[in-house]
Amino acid sequence: MALQSKLASILGVLTSLLLTFIGLTAITFVIGRMMPADPVLAIVGDRASQEVYDQVYLHLGLDKPVYIQYLRYLEQLVEGDLGTSIMTAQPVLDDIIRFFPATLELATVATLLGIFVGIPMGVLAAVHQGRWPDHIVRVISLIGYSAPIFWLGMVALLVFYANLGWVAGPGRLDVYFDGIVEPVTGVLMIDAAMSGEWDIFYNALSHLVLPASILGTFALAYIARMTRSFMLDQLSQEYILTARVKGMPEYKVIWGHAFRNVLVQLITIIGLTYASLLEGSVLTETVFSWPGIGQYITNSLFNNDMNAVLGGTIVVGACFVGINMLSDLLYRLVDPRIR
Amino acid sequence: MSTEATLRGWLLAEIPKSKLQARCQRVFIGWLDFKRNPIAMIGLLIVLGLLVIAALAPWITTSDGLELHLADRLKPPSSEHWFGTDELGRDIFDRIIWGSRITLYIVALVTIIVVPIGLLIGTVAGYMGGWVDTVLMRLTDIFLAFPRLILAMALVAVLGRGLENAVLAIALTTWSPFARIARAEALTIRNSEFILAAQMQGISTVGILARHVTPLCMSSVIVRLTLDMAGIILTAAGLGFLGLGAQPPTPEWGAMISLGRQYLIDQWWVPTIPGIAILVVSLGFNLLGDGLRDVFDPKSGN
Amino acid sequence: MTDSTLLSVEDLHVTYNTPTGLVRAVSGVSFELGREKLGIVGESGSGKSQTGRAILGLTATGGTVSARRLEFKSTDLLNASERTMRQIRGGGISMIMQDPKYSLNPVLTVGYQIEEALLVHNRTSKRVARERTYEMLRAVKIREPKRVYKAYPHEVSGGMGQRIMIAMMMIPEPDIIIADEPTSALDVTVQLQVLAVLDDMISERGMGLIFISHDLNLIASFCDRILIMYDGRVVEECTAAELDRAQHPYTRGLVNCLPRLDGGQDELSVLKRDPSWLTTPGATR
Repeated sequence: MALQSKLASILGVLTSLLLTFIGLTAITFVIGRMMPADPVLAIVGDRASQEVYDQVYLHLGLDKPVYIQYLRYLEQLVEGDLGTSIMTAQPVLDDIIRFFPATLELATVATLLGIFVGIPMGVLAAVHQGRWPDHIVRVISLIGYSAPIFWLGMVALLVFYANLGWVAGPGRLDVYFDGIVEPVTGVLMIDAAMSGEWDIFYNALSHLVLPASILGTFALAYIARMTRSFMLDQLSQEYILTARVKGMPEYKVIWGHAFRNVLVQLITIIGLTYASLLEGSVLTETVFSWPGIGQYITNSLFNNDMNAVLGGTIVVGACFVGINMLSDLLYRLVDPRIR
Repeated sequence: MSTEATLRGWLLAEIPKSKLQARCQRVFIGWLDFKRNPIAMIGLLIVLGLLVIAALAPWITTSDGLELHLADRLKPPSSEHWFGTDELGRDIFDRIIWGSRITLYIVALVTIIVVPIGLLIGTVAGYMGGWVDTVLMRLTDIFLAFPRLILAMALVAVLGRGLENAVLAIALTTWSPFARIARAEALTIRNSEFILAAQMQGISTVGILARHVTPLCMSSVIVRLTLDMAGIILTAAGLGFLGLGAQPPTPEWGAMISLGRQYLIDQWWVPTIPGIAILVVSLGFNLLGDGLRDVFDPKSGN
Repeated sequence: MTDSTLLSVEDLHVTYNTPTGLVRAVSGVSFELGREKLGIVGESGSGKSQTGRAILGLTATGGTVSARRLEFKSTDLLNASERTMRQIRGGGISMIMQDPKYSLNPVLTVGYQIEEALLVHNRTSKRVARERTYEMLRAVKIREPKRVYKAYPHEVSGGMGQRIMIAMMMIPEPDIIIADEPTSALDVTVQLQVLAVLDDMISERGMGLIFISHDLNLIASFCDRILIMYDGRVVEECTAAELDRAQHPYTRGLVNCLPRLDGGQDELSVLKRDPSWLTTPGATR
């Protein structure tokens, strides 16, 4: 019985996902059609004959009513056809696949930082509410999500790279090492480790540290703040008194009881964080010249490569929606109260 | 008895004698509550400071921040140029002050677009229920599920670069939470007796929504708006940084950082100081928002 | 102090420092508890719950506890180390709270929570702990212990939840149990069941009980001795049988407020509060 209702709620979430995704594509479709530039001219050039123009016009299906165009668009999306990039003359999808792992690498490391530093910070602040650990955590947290992330990145580059020389500079790898490692997963560090090229590994690491830390600070600030809020809420509940009445040591009360209740809510928060880091990386990548999807979209934008921009938007948007849905699903599976 | 004492007495009277007095009393008591929180007061000061600086700009600055003085380019902070000069010799202090007007402009513009749309959609959805609710909420969820910056970028790509387009793009991705809040409120009071009374009086749906439902949403909306404002300012700065917002020579803080980026190492003040300005304003709105939330909704974790 | 006295409380004070001034939750409460059922009756704010928490050393932050004597089986509770207190909590003195919806951890199974109470005080294997948990569930008249063991708090009814609470608090075999409004959140029919279970276990194990409630009738029928509290102090102490002959005006007021099935009243009397009750030191026998 419980399984049935669980399946029903999972189905509900998936339907939601589908509808949201359709909405996403509708919006990008509309944006694409809003382009002031003539899509046909973009392909044939302005010196083409009327014949060629007409041919391409029909080929693109621009004579058909809007909803048929939209359906065609959806069809193409499902087949993985995101159009061709004007810049690189490659299918947009291929370009995106090439650039995506870099962003994933950045976002993943940053989220992990946010989790493993942010959560303990939040718990610490809640347990010592009103005293100095709480104040320190709140200040760090506040600065972390009030600061413009690109500015923070620049200042960090100035201090840690230019002045202190502790880490490597912009880019993913020193030019010296470029192209040596075979891209298997696309994640440089894993690839380098796999082929035993340890100096490349360390070089990649030192390039990753700063941008990941900057993005991570943002993640950390948000996670710490939410964890603190959730913990404070739980610590004022009656079952905490019960746990203490049983004679449990304080650390068990905090982590075994209060935190267990917070964990469920944190899943949603972590999902949200990861998703927003995917788009936060746009700015970080620009500052650190990190060749990820953020840079890709930005560059395409400046080159008026609309297919690339929209393709990138759809992919990032889809990931965003997907991650949020995934964390929602996970939440329902883990919380015993939702059954 | 002094006027201050009479005013205070009027504000603290046990039984208000008019609607105006009741309203003022509520605001006053909320203010007393708010005052007790020093951190929130700092936030308020910063935001007020922003308003004051923007208003007094013509009197505080020595130039309009737009003129070029190539002979003075890239000078470090000094008594003559408090924040130094940028790559075109413009006084950075002046540009920051003028830039505060742009920041306020962004805040105002987004508010004007986002709040009415959010309130309208939310109250209608919550009050009418049924398929209207479902459709509107689906719409809201779609926009809510969007990555804000990326969508803004795509919109700007199409609409063209410029401050207004950037603001429009931001507004389109920011209205969703307000619709949700308004809907939640509308749902809660939909079946209340006073709504029933209003309906029986023959007040139209529009009238009910406007005069009864909407005012009740306002406090939550204001809190949420203030809290989101920091994020909006950061997104606008981000767009400016990418060159998609206000175009040169407008002294928008994000654009200033972008233009000054190449001088980061030797003339650090050029890109760094605008960033500090953004940080301070964003911080101000966050602190203010936190403080307001504590006054209106004290059980959320503080 | 005689051999059978488990708990001695002398001149207990619990004060809170609030922005609006000093709040005296408990002002000079004294009593002794042996292996008997003591009821503490009072209205909200009389300090009865605060007394219970103070005994366990679990007064909320901001509160200060002081007393001339606070002893449990010759251990000084006032100056005991946190370690000692943790041993006493659960193992010596335990507490049952009002509403199992809130007093049980919603994301842990019932069985886990009961086992936990045992394992904190006894180093046994998991298997033994589980067996003891089943035993305990049976002892509180829960018929399918294995099924309930795996259940979550929101899946059981109020009455069952309270019995689970009782099981959880009794499993480490304390000497005293404090029951803070244990039946106030339950339906009347279920109340009797839960009280019956509680009564059985206390008699079997020869424990001491402090029953805190606002329900004078309930306490009069359930307990041996009664303490009446008003505004942080004890205004009357008597045995349940002597309640009719109570002397303090507040107690008389409370007794008279109770509607009687054998009739004779046209109007229920209303309790009139006399400010002098606030200043007279607690009357004792």
